Amino acid sequence: MHYGRGDGQVRAVDGLSLQVAPGTVTAILGPNGAGKTTTIETCEGFRRPQSGQVRVLGLDPVGDAEELRPRVGVMLQSGGAWLGVRAGEMLRHMASLYAHPMPVEPLVERLGMTSFARTTYRRLSGGQKQRLSLAMAIVGRPELVFLDEPTAGLDPQSRRATWDLVDELRRHGVTTVLTTHYMDEAQQLSDFVHIIDAGRVIASGTPTELVADGAQNTIRLRTRAGLDTDSLAKELPAGATVAEPEPGHYVLTTGVDPAVLHRLTGWCAAHDVLVDSVLVEHQTLEDRFLELTGRELR
Amino acid sequence: MTSLDLSPAPGAASRARRLRAQTAMELRLTVRNGEQMVVTFVIPLLLLIVGSRSDRFIDSDRPLDVLAPGVLGLAIVSTSFTSLAIATAFERRYGVLKRLGATPLSRSGLLGGKVGAVAILQVAQFAVLGGLAVALGWRPEEPVAGVVWLLVLGLLGTIAFGGLGLLLAGTLRAEATLALANLIYVLLLVGGGLLLPLDRHPEAARGLVTLLPSGALGEGLREAFATGSPGTFVVVVLAVWAVVAAAAAGRWFRWE
Ligand SMILES: Nc1ncnc2c1ncn2[C@@H]1O[C@H](COP(=O)(O)OP(=O)(O)O)[C@@H](O)[C@H]1O
Ligand SMILES: [Mg+2]
Repeated sequence: MHYGRGDGQVRAVDGLSLQVAPGTVTAILGPNGAGKTTTIETCEGFRRPQSGQVRVLGLDPVGDAEELRPRVGVMLQSGGAWLGVRAGEMLRHMASLYAHPMPVEPLVERLGMTSFARTTYRRLSGGQKQRLSLAMAIVGRPELVFLDEPTAGLDPQSRRATWDLVDELRRHGVTTVLTTHYMDEAQQLSDFVHIIDAGRVIASGTPTELVADGAQNTIRLRTRAGLDTDSLAKELPAGATVAEPEPGHYVLTTGVDPAVLHRLTGWCAAHDVLVDSVLVEHQTLEDRFLELTGRELR
Repeated sequence: MTSLDLSPAPGAASRARRLRAQTAMELRLTVRNGEQMVVTFVIPLLLLIVGSRSDRFIDSDRPLDVLAPGVLGLAIVSTSFTSLAIATAFERRYGVLKRLGATPLSRSGLLGGKVGAVAILQVAQFAVLGGLAVALGWRPEEPVAGVVWLLVLGLLGTIAFGGLGLLLAGTLRAEATLALANLIYVLLLVGGGLLLPLDRHPEAARGLVTLLPSGALGEGLREAFATGSPGTFVVVVLAVWAVVAAAAAGRWFRWE
């Protein structure tokens, strides 16, 4: 998927391939400009890929748009409402376009929109616009929703409320595809994560798998200075390294499981080493991302 | 926490219901917008009142025979061109077209809603402005044929000017559309053959003015209310503009 022609051409999505299982939450995670919006908007039928194939619910997002529109809910990254429309009025209008919409009042309450339901869109705060946009995506009772950065710019409470809603949608059997550049969001919220960068998927899997696929974890050990680090490294699984960046402060890089910790403490007992502290640092999705792309997310 | 059933139940409302909802929404937003109301109602009303009271403007013992059809033509241009172009340009800028295009309404429903809202506004304009003109003493020679031709020329003019308005809105930035749509409205009002009859225009410009959609609309309406027929030439000019403008808008309009 590219934009423009000739020299100015931007290849925004490049041979990207992914699948989404029904009833799950899938996160598309990537830095700004990675191609998240382009990917999701291609699935929504806003643009036609120049090559490759997209199927949504088994249908062509452009050719079968009429059949898909009632079944798919869309939250744009920004905009999507008249400046002069009131929040509640916009939501009621959206509801009137569907056959079996959610009742608007309970939805307004559920998303904490009551206080600004009569405020015009131009006077809503960024977070209030996000909440309206989310409500607009689900009011028609879709079976599949696409949310483009649903929590960007939200305060922690509203973020949590959005997560709860996505979780509840999953429990009701709705499939969700969302984009985010927040690691914790992808890790907590989604069943599957696709990390994309420069228009390509660079890693896919459940959050746990992605982290477990990663390199080694770190154990920080504090005790007396001058231990025989080679001897300790030999006790650990192959590939483990032991360093003493400061006297009495050791950094062990190794896969960690209960047996490894047992061997570590066993070696300490055998060498009469009293440990002051041992800290196991598990890798997060963020570490994994940095490892894969070599760059900061935000 | 309120319990809310989030389970899927997809489905589109009936086409008629979607169209009704969209038309009503467009109407509400237009009526709420002060600037749009100035262009579509206040200016034509003021022109009618001031023009009928002063002979500086139109030199005739029956100024309303000239003025009233012109004001009705201006009303058609104000809704189908200026107001439509500006509203659509901002809908495009703020992603409204994009968002609603992804609902069961779809792009055809968006267009349908606009057509519906413009038509309803124009009927209201005809009632208010025509009513006021009659109250001020307008007694056209051919009221029945005039009204029939008002509807026919109104339809052709609306397609022509609506196409041009959408062409602006769908190709230029919103600010540029706002400026141009207002500027063209004023230019046509003064020198486009809309409000002032052809013989009040400079001689050199008359040929051009008769070929403008505004000139055809203005001359046609004045003729129709005076003689019962606008003449073939006017109808042909407007019909050509309607076909060309609609085709151009269909060809070049960009939804995003
Ligand atoms: N309309 C457009 N014209 C030209 N380039 C674009 C356009 N939209 C996006 N891009 C470019 O495509 C790339 C991917 O953009 P996008 O999909 O919006 O990324 P993300 O949503 O991950 O931030 C970026 O380099 C962006 O600058
Ligand atoms: Mg984006």
